[in-house]
Amino acid sequence: MEKRSLTCIGCPLGCAVSVELEDGQIINVAGNTCKRGDDYARKEVTRPMRIVTSTVSVKGGDIPVVSVKTEHDIPKEKIMDIMKCLASLCVPAPVHIGDVVLENAAQTGVNIVATKDVAVKIS
Amino acid sequence: MNSYDIVVIGGGPAGLAAAVSAKENGIESILILERDDKLGGILNQCIHNGFGLHTFKEELTGPEYADRFIKQVAALEIPYKLNTMVLDITEEKIITAVNSTDGLLQIKAKSVILSMGCRERSRGALNIPGSRPAGIYSAGTAQHLVNIEGYMPGREVVILGSGDIGLIMARRMTLEGANVKVVAELMPYSGGLKRNIVQCLDDYGIPLKLSHTVIAVKGKKRLEGVTLAQVDGEGKPIPGTEKDYRCDTLLLSCGLIPENELSKAMGTEMDPVTGGPCVNESLETSISGVFACGNVLHVHDLVDYVSEEAAAAGKNAVEYIQYKALSPENKAALCIAGPEIPLIPADGVRYTVPKKLCTDRMAEKLTVRFRVGSVYKNCFISVYLNDRQILHRKKPIMAPGEMEQITLQKEQLKAVDDLKTITVKIEET
Amino acid sequence: MYDVIIIGAGVTGSAIARELSRYQLKISVIEKGEDVCCETSKANSGIVHSGIDCKPGTVKARMNILGNEKMEALSKELDFPFKQNGSLILCFSEEDRPRLNQLYEQGIANRIPGIRIVEKEELHNLEPNISDEAIAAVYAPTGGIVCPFGMNIAFAENAAENGVEFLFHTEVTDIRKIPQGYVLTTNEGELQTRCVVNAAGIHADKFHNMVSEHQIHITPRLGEYCLLDKTAGKLVEKTIFQLPTRLGKGVLVTPTVHGNILMGPTARDSDDRESTDTTAEGLAQVIESAKRSVPVLPIRQIITSFCGSRAHEDGGEFILGEPEDAPGFFDAAGIESPGLTSTPAIGCYIAELVCGLLSPAENPNFNGRRTGILDPKTLSKEAYAQLIREQPAYGNIICRCETVTEGEILDAIHRPLGARSLDGIKRRTRAGMGRCQSGFCSPKVMEILAREYHISPLDITKSGNGADMIVGRTKEYIQEVSP
Repeated sequence: MEKRSLTCIGCPLGCAVSVELEDGQIINVAGNTCKRGDDYARKEVTRPMRIVTSTVSVKGGDIPVVSVKTEHDIPKEKIMDIMKCLASLCVPAPVHIGDVVLENAAQTGVNIVATKDVAVKIS
Repeated sequence: MNSYDIVVIGGGPAGLAAAVSAKENGIESILILERDDKLGGILNQCIHNGFGLHTFKEELTGPEYADRFIKQVAALEIPYKLNTMVLDITEEKIITAVNSTDGLLQIKAKSVILSMGCRERSRGALNIPGSRPAGIYSAGTAQHLVNIEGYMPGREVVILGSGDIGLIMARRMTLEGANVKVVAELMPYSGGLKRNIVQCLDDYGIPLKLSHTVIAVKGKKRLEGVTLAQVDGEGKPIPGTEKDYRCDTLLLSCGLIPENELSKAMGTEMDPVTGGPCVNESLETSISGVFACGNVLHVHDLVDYVSEEAAAAGKNAVEYIQYKALSPENKAALCIAGPEIPLIPADGVRYTVPKKLCTDRMAEKLTVRFRVGSVYKNCFISVYLNDRQILHRKKPIMAPGEMEQITLQKEQLKAVDDLKTITVKIEET
Repeated sequence: MYDVIIIGAGVTGSAIARELSRYQLKISVIEKGEDVCCETSKANSGIVHSGIDCKPGTVKARMNILGNEKMEALSKELDFPFKQNGSLILCFSEEDRPRLNQLYEQGIANRIPGIRIVEKEELHNLEPNISDEAIAAVYAPTGGIVCPFGMNIAFAENAAENGVEFLFHTEVTDIRKIPQGYVLTTNEGELQTRCVVNAAGIHADKFHNMVSEHQIHITPRLGEYCLLDKTAGKLVEKTIFQLPTRLGKGVLVTPTVHGNILMGPTARDSDDRESTDTTAEGLAQVIESAKRSVPVLPIRQIITSFCGSRAHEDGGEFILGEPEDAPGFFDAAGIESPGLTSTPAIGCYIAELVCGLLSPAENPNFNGRRTGILDPKTLSKEAYAQLIREQPAYGNIICRCETVTEGEILDAIHRPLGARSLDGIKRRTRAGMGRCQSGFCSPKVMEILAREYHISPLDITKSGNGADMIVGRTKEYIQEVSP
């Protein structure tokens, strides 16, 4: 039997939730004070997901980098793979909020989209 | 001299929401003055997500949240001036500002909305001993360098203070290739959201040391290391608990200070607890027609509440202008000259915004925001009108890092004959 | 072959350089730091002492009194901030009154103008925020305050304008006598000169001892300070000293020429010449002692603390002039308090000695007037508006706390001995010296420096080589991170 300890992020209470697993199946969730803790723990143990936010270089923009995010949450273990994809990326200005700057990042099926506008630099 | 009905000082989230609200409530002549080269304020560098759940019912990043308001400002054709620094505001609401294109500006306003935001507590304000090398940044300065300029302030990082900006920067620096060694927090609890502790520290294996502080800074030119020590109940370092960390960067996330130099200079009464102006139910300062909202008034935890508060300030400024335009008879007919009742924070409640209210002037419902002084579990928020309790609400948890709020009903207040005080306190039973 | 090489571009070396630039001499000031005013000169009280506490007949007394007399005219000629605000030396008990009287008598012996003893009532009328425990004080109306950076930079800029060369990042490692003068070995190669002026602050004993059998010894005496936000207001108008007692020397509380309140210093002898670290104990001591003079000091409004090192020679005297066995080598060593006050006099004195040896002709092109960086805050609204029309950069505020414009920063960069680092900009314009301590303006100042010097922001430093502000671009190191 495997036991995993988590801190619930549902509210400032931050319950210490423990999850017991057997053969990858959840057999017990304890320590939570509300339903949200149970839900959170089950998802976090089986398939933790995260939104990744970062920046991407812009060529010819009025600012050097544009802020971006994964359009949806991605598996937690893919975070650094996403960052590696972004490291080599450079997009031309102009960029608009919502523009897809990279499709299917790190084979997650999730696109990277711009979260701010970048105008063309007037030189 | 140009004149406007309403001049908004600062084009961050508070200023934008206030201007939008003022326009929507029927005032045409509005000007926003912003010192940076873009509208949106600090949200432009807060590229993480988690904004807007209350306001837009979706999770946005900072720039996206700001953009929603910037687009409204554009759609409503509210004029603004960028790169414009306000130097002075007089009690008569004459604003002196400067920029490169207009030069020195003098603007007369009927009403002024203060929304200048806040700044970070600096190393000097924390009085951290040691040398003074490069590599010591406030978390917000580092955030600007990383998220706006695309530069790394350093590679080996220690963070002092577990406020949300510190936690967010721990993750940002890690994602961008730095090694964040530890986050130290002076208090026995974190000032940041649980979500940020889990997703910014735990996800990356970054330790959080509560009741710890930096007691020494080393390095002559560039930072070479810091010493952390555990502190006792009074915040004093405990001998024998020192531990050295090699690092080239120390980020400070040790609290925010409302930026009220303009407000103080114009003579508004200040609240020493919040560092912001004292306001009444209309978010009006001690100078009639001057309103305050957002982090310049008191530091908020969520930008959604800033927007909400700022919208109220905008609306109130409009009502002020409309009221001023009435004939004396019509003014008298409104009977809004009743006494101002003080709101008294007690027993764990550090302050309230507003600090006083007039039951004649207040809307049917009034939101009162406050913060508590320490962590309270399973306690009650109680409100007393004079000595009579009118609210006793149980909260599983309250912490200094989170803003609390209650709603007062005009009807309920009016029902009390000789209302002298409204007390907000934390009770254990 | 130089005529004169001055070691050290602090306030002493710069004052001497400026005086010598009146003559036709080939002069170089060599400085191991990246800028003028990098060490002792950058971290001190900024006080122009009346001279009351110098022992009569000493070199210190002579230089102090003369320096004080010269200060006002010099501040106008060289355009640096100076104010004669007067000083008070507080006495806290009747038991100490004899010492107060002694001090007064010493002031009379030193012929300090206008000094008198003020009793409690008048004292509290003069300075209402002074502690009720103060029973009397010596008042010295000729005490003043000066911007230590402003004064150092003014001397250096004027020297440079009059032909003195400044070499930075140049460290002297050896000095040897040759028949024509001296050879200085530096990290930049050897330099020959007819005369050497040793104005090396806490390192001056090292150079002196390279050429003279009569050894001297300097101890860095560290002093910690705390600075309050300008919003702390005009808590005191005069410089408030404490009468030294058996409990210690006490600290001063003074307004600065820029309107902050400064308190300090402590006095702690150090054996480490490189370190100017503040300590928790020292800062606590500053606060405690300062509150003895002015109990209402709002400690929460401290915006920065720092530590300076004074060059204390074992004999406790200024060492000025040639050692017997080293002709052509002129010391300006052991320059501790009242060093800043004394520099105008030391500059003249050492210049006279050097001229006595070299008998140079006067520099016909010498211009002793220098104009400082224009601060638009000092202009009328009309004049400021006109300035922005002519130079829009003066309308662009970079440092919001101290209201410093891009125009001032550009001036600081492009004038003689222009600033190359954030600290250089800070000491010339005050950008970054305010309550946010450069949190908001440092990225902007970095951008301006990079643009004006045509260098990468990666090469911008806080204080010269090794003090990089940023270490690379984001994601540059990402491959090395374990996922």
